[in-house]
Amino acid sequence: MKAVEPPLIEARTITQRFGARPDLAAKIALGLKLAKPAPVVHALDGVSLSIRSGEVVGLVGESGCGKSTLGRVIAGIATPTGGSVFWKGVDRNTMSAAEQKEAGLATQMIFQNPMAALNPRMTIEELIWEAPKTHGMATATECASYVDNYLTLAGFDPSMKTRYPHQFSGGQRQRVNIARALAVQPKFLVCDESVAALDVSIQAQVINLFMDLRERLDLTYLFVSHDLGVVEHISDRVAIMYLGRIVEEAPVEDVFRRPNHPYTRALLAEVPRIETGKRRFKAVEGELPSPLDPPKGCHFHPRCPFAMERCRVEVPVRKEIAPKHLSACHLNG
Amino acid sequence: MTALLQVRNLVTEFGGAKGRSGIRAVNDVSFSVERGRVLGLVGESGSGKSVTGFSIIRLLERPGRIASGEILFDGVDLSRNSEEEMRRLRGKRIAMVFQDPTVTLNPVLSVGTQMIEAVLAHESVSKDIARQRARDALGLVGIPSPEERLAAYPHQFSGGMRQRVAIAIAFLHKPDLIIADEPTTALDVTIQSQIIAEFQKLTEETKTAVIWITHDLAIVSRLADDIAVMYAGRLVETGPVSEVLNDPRHPYTAGLIASVPSQNQRGERLRQIDGMTPALNRLPQGCSFRRRCERADDGCLVIPELAPSGDRSFRCIHPVTKVSAS
Repeated sequence: MKAVEPPLIEARTITQRFGARPDLAAKIALGLKLAKPAPVVHALDGVSLSIRSGEVVGLVGESGCGKSTLGRVIAGIATPTGGSVFWKGVDRNTMSAAEQKEAGLATQMIFQNPMAALNPRMTIEELIWEAPKTHGMATATECASYVDNYLTLAGFDPSMKTRYPHQFSGGQRQRVNIARALAVQPKFLVCDESVAALDVSIQAQVINLFMDLRERLDLTYLFVSHDLGVVEHISDRVAIMYLGRIVEEAPVEDVFRRPNHPYTRALLAEVPRIETGKRRFKAVEGELPSPLDPPKGCHFHPRCPFAMERCRVEVPVRKEIAPKHLSACHLNG
Repeated sequence: MTALLQVRNLVTEFGGAKGRSGIRAVNDVSFSVERGRVLGLVGESGSGKSVTGFSIIRLLERPGRIASGEILFDGVDLSRNSEEEMRRLRGKRIAMVFQDPTVTLNPVLSVGTQMIEAVLAHESVSKDIARQRARDALGLVGIPSPEERLAAYPHQFSGGMRQRVAIAIAFLHKPDLIIADEPTTALDVTIQSQIIAEFQKLTEETKTAVIWITHDLAIVSRLADDIAVMYAGRLVETGPVSEVLNDPRHPYTAGLIASVPSQNQRGERLRQIDGMTPALNRLPQGCSFRRRCERADDGCLVIPELAPSGDRSFRCIHPVTKVSAS
């Protein structure tokens, strides 16, 4: 029997807290009960997510739910307070320096604001060439053809490569970011709101590019987005986050046809669809509570129309309610 | 009945001076809005949709200026109004809600102070009455414990609550017209729906006419009565929202609708519009959409008129029809 292949990347019980570490004076003040402990933001609260090779996973939630923090932890550019990330079944913390570098190069990230991600003083060619040169992926004589190849792959005209980022539109700049990420031959891309800042017609072009690249380069994606329409279109599997926890996780059809968690249902009612016939907007009440002081029990209970006494005290566990369909809600028993 | 607002052949330019024309951000735009109706003004960045809004309320900053055209508001041409006349209208009969409420609210004044100021700017009432009005307005837009919140400063509100404050200020004088420039773009989807719900409720009660400026066709489809689509400074299609979205005639409108992910089969390539919006100082000859359009031919080298057909109009000599699209 063949052993089950480990997921390409797996985050296990990741916790991420942000807050000032008390210095000596603060410790003394705390000890003497002269001061209150500094506020701590619980950005991630024991989150686990695994992604198989070739899969596109959509990570959805509202601002402040921790989706970008999880994306950054999985991409390896943020160190979590607790928990670990496994690359091909190996804990990244236990890897040798060389292995860590290899896993790091295989994972690349594409950000929301394409201008902020590009050094304005470097030409497009320099931007693309910097990383492959540093990592010895090609020799100086191959530079031109190497850069042209990746720019073409990202749908960017290589004859413009001697220009600077400010000379291009947002969509073109995002193509440069994609080319730069591809230039180190990654296996896995974390896209953090990568199409959110683009106009509708350009957004469609970049989404199509992501889908083409998946086919051609056999890429795996974590697609972090607040836009359910985009996530529904591109993902195989979707994870819904609310205030530092994943509340539901399932194949894309299940999430959109048979949503289980009340929060998912509320979010789905807001999927941007063009449907004519004027109708009244009706929305889930309340706002995302502060992650400084999250509600006890299920984080969603203050906004949930089905909340029971149990939801106020006990944190619901994620359970498999159908094959591969996980949901963390007390309504499931 | 004449419409509350009639914009006729509006041209707004940036730069240029007498005799020389500048960059035309708004080019020969005409539309009208009736009381109690919502017009969705749709376009991508740089299409001129926001500049149209700023032109109507006359908040253009130099070097922007209205070069020609009329903006008839209740029979008065706003483009000829003095600054003093405009000041009396703004906030009183025409209000504006902007995308980013952190920019519109003064960070060093409490919300109450700003709202009382807005009441007193147009009405001579006592401070107590103004305060009451401000409190009631906050309650109307769904802000809990409005009395206490009057003393709070903008930074003590969340983004959604701040936008509610901005909307409460816009509705303080029950204006005839509200220009809303992407008021929900920066907000999360659940908050976005809450804000739009409040907005719908208030405009129906007060019979306020609304120009809702957005790039989001999904919002327009559910909120607006009429739609006007802009491309590179010009209107390319107008009409009742259900007719235009179900049966677009201009290839740009059709392309825009088709590129929304929910209009496509999951996992398949999105139907995209190739190329990008041309820069306003380098527009192609003839129809501005020509170079991105599959239907374009030599006939498109002349700018087509915005041709009316029933209560709709479109600017294209090779319009899309339902039959040809399928």
